Amino acid sequence: MDLKDLYRDVILDHNRQPRNFGAPAHSDAHAEGHNPLCGDRLTVWLRFDGDRIADIRFEGKGCAISTASASLMTEAVKGRDKAAIKELYDRIHVLLTEPHAAADASLGKLAALGGVSEFPARVKCATLCWHTLNAALEHSADAVSTEQ
Amino acid sequence: MATALAAPPGNFDAERVRHDFPILQQHVNGRALVYLDSAASGQRPLAVLRAVEHYETHTHANVHRGVHTLSQAATDAFEGARERARRFLNARSTREIVFVRGTTEGINLVAQSFGRARLGRGDEILISALEHHANIVPWQMVREQTGCTLKVAPINRRGEIELDALLGLLSSRTRLVAVAQVSNALGTVVPVERIVQAAHSCGALVLLDGAQAVAHMPIDVRALGCDFYAFSGHKLYGPTGIGVLYGREELLEEMPPWQGGGEMIRTVSFERTTYNDLPWKFEAGTPNISGAVGLAAAMDYLESLGLEALAAHEQHLLAQATAALERLPGIEIIGTAAHKAAVISFTMRGCHPHDLGTVLDSQGVAIRTGHHCAMPVMTFFDIPATARASFGCYNTEADVAALVAALEKAREVFG
Repeated sequence: MDLKDLYRDVILDHNRQPRNFGAPAHSDAHAEGHNPLCGDRLTVWLRFDGDRIADIRFEGKGCAISTASASLMTEAVKGRDKAAIKELYDRIHVLLTEPHAAADASLGKLAALGGVSEFPARVKCATLCWHTLNAALEHSADAVSTEQ
Repeated sequence: MATALAAPPGNFDAERVRHDFPILQQHVNGRALVYLDSAASGQRPLAVLRAVEHYETHTHANVHRGVHTLSQAATDAFEGARERARRFLNARSTREIVFVRGTTEGINLVAQSFGRARLGRGDEILISALEHHANIVPWQMVREQTGCTLKVAPINRRGEIELDALLGLLSSRTRLVAVAQVSNALGTVVPVERIVQAAHSCGALVLLDGAQAVAHMPIDVRALGCDFYAFSGHKLYGPTGIGVLYGREELLEEMPPWQGGGEMIRTVSFERTTYNDLPWKFEAGTPNISGAVGLAAAMDYLESLGLEALAAHEQHLLAQATAALERLPGIEIIGTAAHKAAVISFTMRGCHPHDLGTVLDSQGVAIRTGHHCAMPVMTFFDIPATARASFGCYNTEADVAALVAALEKAREVFG
C-alpha cells in the first residue's frame, strides 16, 4: 500500500484547487449526492446544449478523493453527450474497482484515480460525483446516496 | 516532549498488558500495529479468548433445556456469567441482569417494553445533544408509536451537556431521561449522578448508556442510582454480540416482554401463554452463551488490571496526546470538556478525516473516522466528520508518539 499511488499529484492539486467549483447563476438541472458514511455531500449543476453538457459546476464538502474525482469529472464531461458520458463512466468504474486494470490512455487525467482500486473503502468517495451527475442527467431533483 | 506533564503512573504496566493481546503483535501495512480505536471496539485478551475456547471445546450445549451433563454445565457457565455481571455492576440481584446483544439492544428493549407500554401523549422523554444514534433512534420510534414528546438538552462548545438547560427541561411530564455516561464522539464524561438526582426528584426514571464508560471506570449502579444501565461486552475487551441491560427489579417485573419465543415462557397453549421469571422473561431464544462466558472473563481481566490504576494510565495518555495535538499546526480538538475519558476527536485543516484515516492506516495507526454514529454532534460543530483516537489498557506513550508522527506524515502529504 503506497500512499503516493492514491494521493498522486493530480489528485492533491484538484483537491486544493477544484475546477468548476461553485454554484452557477443559471442551470438546467442539478442533483445532490450524499455519502452518509463519511459525511461527503456535493451538488452538481448542468447546462445543456441539446444533448451535450455545455457547462458543469459542482460544490460540496468531501475528502480529497471525492473532491478531486468531482473536479476531474467536470473537466472530462464538459462538451460530451449522455452516451459518451455513460461510456466514460463504465471505463472509470473499471479503473476504480479492478486492481491492476490496464491503463486506459483515453481516460486522460482521470487515470490519476487508478490508485483508488487498492483502497476498497475509498471507492465510494470517487464514485459519488458520478452517481450525482447521473441523477442530474436524469433531471432528478432527488438526492442520491451511496447507501441506498 | 511531555516534560511539563505528570510522570506516567508507576503501578500500571501497559507494556506487560500488551502481551496479553495477541492481535497487537502484528504488522499492518508493514508497520507495527498501533491500535487507537478501542472506543469503537476493544481487542480481546488471551484470558477471554481462552475462556470462550474452553467453553466451546468442553462445555457447549443449550442452556436451561436439558438434564444431560453438558446442558447443566452450559447453564452453570451462562448463569455464572450473569452473577459475574451482577458483581461488576454491583446490582442487587441477578434478576436485574438481562443479557442482550449490546447497548443498542438494551436501549431498544427499554424503549419498546417500558416506553411503548407506558408512554402516551403529553409524556416526555429527555435525551441530550451528545447522544449516540443508539440513544436517539429508539426513542424516536417510541415517539412515533405512542405520540410522546422527545426533548433534547443542548451541549456547549466544549461538548459538555448544559446542565442548567437539562434541569430546566425536566418537569412532571418527564417520564424518562436517557443519557450517555461518556460521549463516544467527544469523550465527555457526563455528571450522571446529578442528572439522576434531579430526574428522580421530578419522578422520572433514568437510563444510562454505559457503552463508553464501562472500560474506563468502576460502575456501581446502586451508587449511581440509575434505573436502567446498558453496555456492550466488546467495549470492555469482551466478545461482540453480548451485552447487559441492568434494570431495577421492580421496574423489570412490571414491564411486558418485548420479544416472544422459547426461554421467555413458562407455559404455552394456543389460548394462553404465561411468562418466565426475571430475567429470562426478556431473553427469548437461545442466548449468546459463549459470548456471556467471554464477557465474564473480560470482567475478571479488567478488574485484575485495577480500574483505578487503568483510569490513571489512560488519563496520562489523554493528557499527553492532547498536549501533543495542540502543538501540531492545523489540528483542532473537537470536545474539550473539563472531564473526559481517553478519547480525542479532532480535525486537521486541509485534510478531510477520511484522508487522515487512510494516511494513518498506511503508517499502521488505526483510528476511527466519520460521524461516530453521532450525526447531531457533527451538525452542532458544523463539521462532516472527525478523526478519533481512543486509548485503552494496552496503549502506551509510544502509541501517542506514533500517532503524532503519522499526523506529521499526513501534513507532509497534504501540505
